[in-house]
Amino acid sequence: MADHLSETKAIQSLELRELSLSVPIGGEHVEAVSGVSLILKPGRVLGLVGESGCGKSLTAQAMLRLGEHQGVQREGGDILLDGESLFSMDDDTLRSVRGGRVSMVFQEPMTALNPVFSIGSQITEVIRLHLDMDKKQAAQRTVKLLQDVGMPDPEAVMKQYPDALSGGMRQRVLIAMAMAADPAYIIADEPTTALDVSVQKRIIQLLRNLQRERDLGMLLVTHDFGLVAEMADDVAVMYAGQIVESGNVEQIFDRPTHPYTRALMGCRPEVSEPGSSLPVIAGQVPPPGSWAIGCHFAERCPLADSACSEPVAMGAWSDGEHQARCLHADMKLPELEAQL
Amino acid sequence: MNVPVDAPVAVLKVENLSKSFRRGSIWGGGISHKAVDDVSFALEEGETLAIVGESGSGKSTTARLAMRLLDADAGSVHLQGEDITLAGGKELRIKRKDIQMVFQDPFASLNPRMKIIETVGEGLRVHHSEMNREQRREKVAETLALCGIGEEALDRYPHQFSGGQRQRIGIARALIVEPKVLVLDEPVSALDVSVQAQILNLLKKIQAERNLSYLFISHDLSVVRHIANRVLVMFEGSIVEQGAVADLFANPQHAYTQDLLAARPINHPRERQQPATA
Repeated sequence: MADHLSETKAIQSLELRELSLSVPIGGEHVEAVSGVSLILKPGRVLGLVGESGCGKSLTAQAMLRLGEHQGVQREGGDILLDGESLFSMDDDTLRSVRGGRVSMVFQEPMTALNPVFSIGSQITEVIRLHLDMDKKQAAQRTVKLLQDVGMPDPEAVMKQYPDALSGGMRQRVLIAMAMAADPAYIIADEPTTALDVSVQKRIIQLLRNLQRERDLGMLLVTHDFGLVAEMADDVAVMYAGQIVESGNVEQIFDRPTHPYTRALMGCRPEVSEPGSSLPVIAGQVPPPGSWAIGCHFAERCPLADSACSEPVAMGAWSDGEHQARCLHADMKLPELEAQL
Repeated sequence: MNVPVDAPVAVLKVENLSKSFRRGSIWGGGISHKAVDDVSFALEEGETLAIVGESGSGKSTTARLAMRLLDADAGSVHLQGEDITLAGGKELRIKRKDIQMVFQDPFASLNPRMKIIETVGEGLRVHHSEMNREQRREKVAETLALCGIGEEALDRYPHQFSGGQRQRIGIARALIVEPKVLVLDEPVSALDVSVQAQILNLLKKIQAERNLSYLFISHDLSVVRHIANRVLVMFEGSIVEQGAVADLFANPQHAYTQDLLAARPINHPRERQQPATA
């Protein structure tokens, strides 16, 4: 990809390339995302899976260069939108990208909407910010968008305020807002976590249909393998700031390979024998600042040996596009500790 | 229901519980909303009875009524055969020794200004005033150890612990007075899946060791299937279906239960439904 910059027009992707980020903790900047590479392509859903504190939300926000005003710093790497670095864009261009070519759906439909503006005015605002439309055209587009996300009576909903809507309806409004300017990419950070299960299912179906119809490239950030199984085409598993395994969704579910992925999938009550003891990984995720130089998972890994104290490259194990950051991925896992 | 003669006495038994809340303007008025409507169940010794339902189903209100944290409008609560429906003040405090609660949010439910020794030992001050400082400290350390927390935790504060550790501390706080019943309100919902597995294993281990009865409130059917013996399904304040966990999952009768089960996340991408539209 040496001639990458000369053919920017041809490239269609939102890409993180070896991105490292640090966050301020107690007056110091500590690395929280460590050399992460991800590619979003039109028409595909990439599931970014990990537990809290692994850096997945920071990574997702970085795709729009958000979080910088909270002290998140780039330590290395790049973010490329259709071949162009987000770090070479001026503020105006960046603003037009956010909510324009790339938009976001957040977890909390309660806090992401402004309680003092009507639903209609919040959506038309986004439309008029990004598209060249007058008030009337924007209002018509809002009606259409609300229909597209399955709102029963769009005209009535436009006049309502967020507190009049249920959690599921608010999430539909947020999805409509995210679609307002016809984005090419969408970042969805735990889009269904705060919702009841029956509502979750409907929102998942809505997101999938919209993504397919509009050929969107989607980053789906989640802790939930069930959601990944429902929606993702590709999967990246994150642990302590690094991608530890990636591949397409069938590969990951058929043959989870990194010991962390295997443990994480094995300890779900969904796949357990009722009443049995769940296999668990001892200990807890190390916080940023206390990561090992070598494999970040080594201290909890039943397969770790002295070789794991040196840095391990992504793809140390690979089978085609299925890759893992592990030196011993071919070894059989002993029964994980059934502690407590 | 036919009750065999030698049936064990229910540790906790609630009959025909109802509770309404007034919803509406802060200036008064508003409409009365029935949060819990004629709910009855019995919790046997050593069993886990789950109450499942979505938000607003009344499951948490039911738990609070059973604990007498809320007063019911109608119905009765019996704890170990004794009617505690109207118990108050000191009498209720004494009875509460036998029924303790673990909350969902381990971040909100521990007092940030109290050391772990004080938080976990609080129940001992109330129920075992005869214990001196050293005895209390020893008992707290022992209970924390049972929950997988080392002695070094005693003089620390809640913010120095992770979510999973805080939930272990919350469980230790409930266990310290050696209750018969634990009411667990979404105890693993705020936790990561690997931590959730640790806590579920811990709850099973403690239950087996102490023959505890659990009233387990949850919206998560997979967790319920894993941990519970029997399930009550609540919808809009009422119990719509109940049964042994295996039966209810294999053969749900009520339409709402069927919907809930159908909405569960899939386990493998091969189980995906093909989209209706091409």
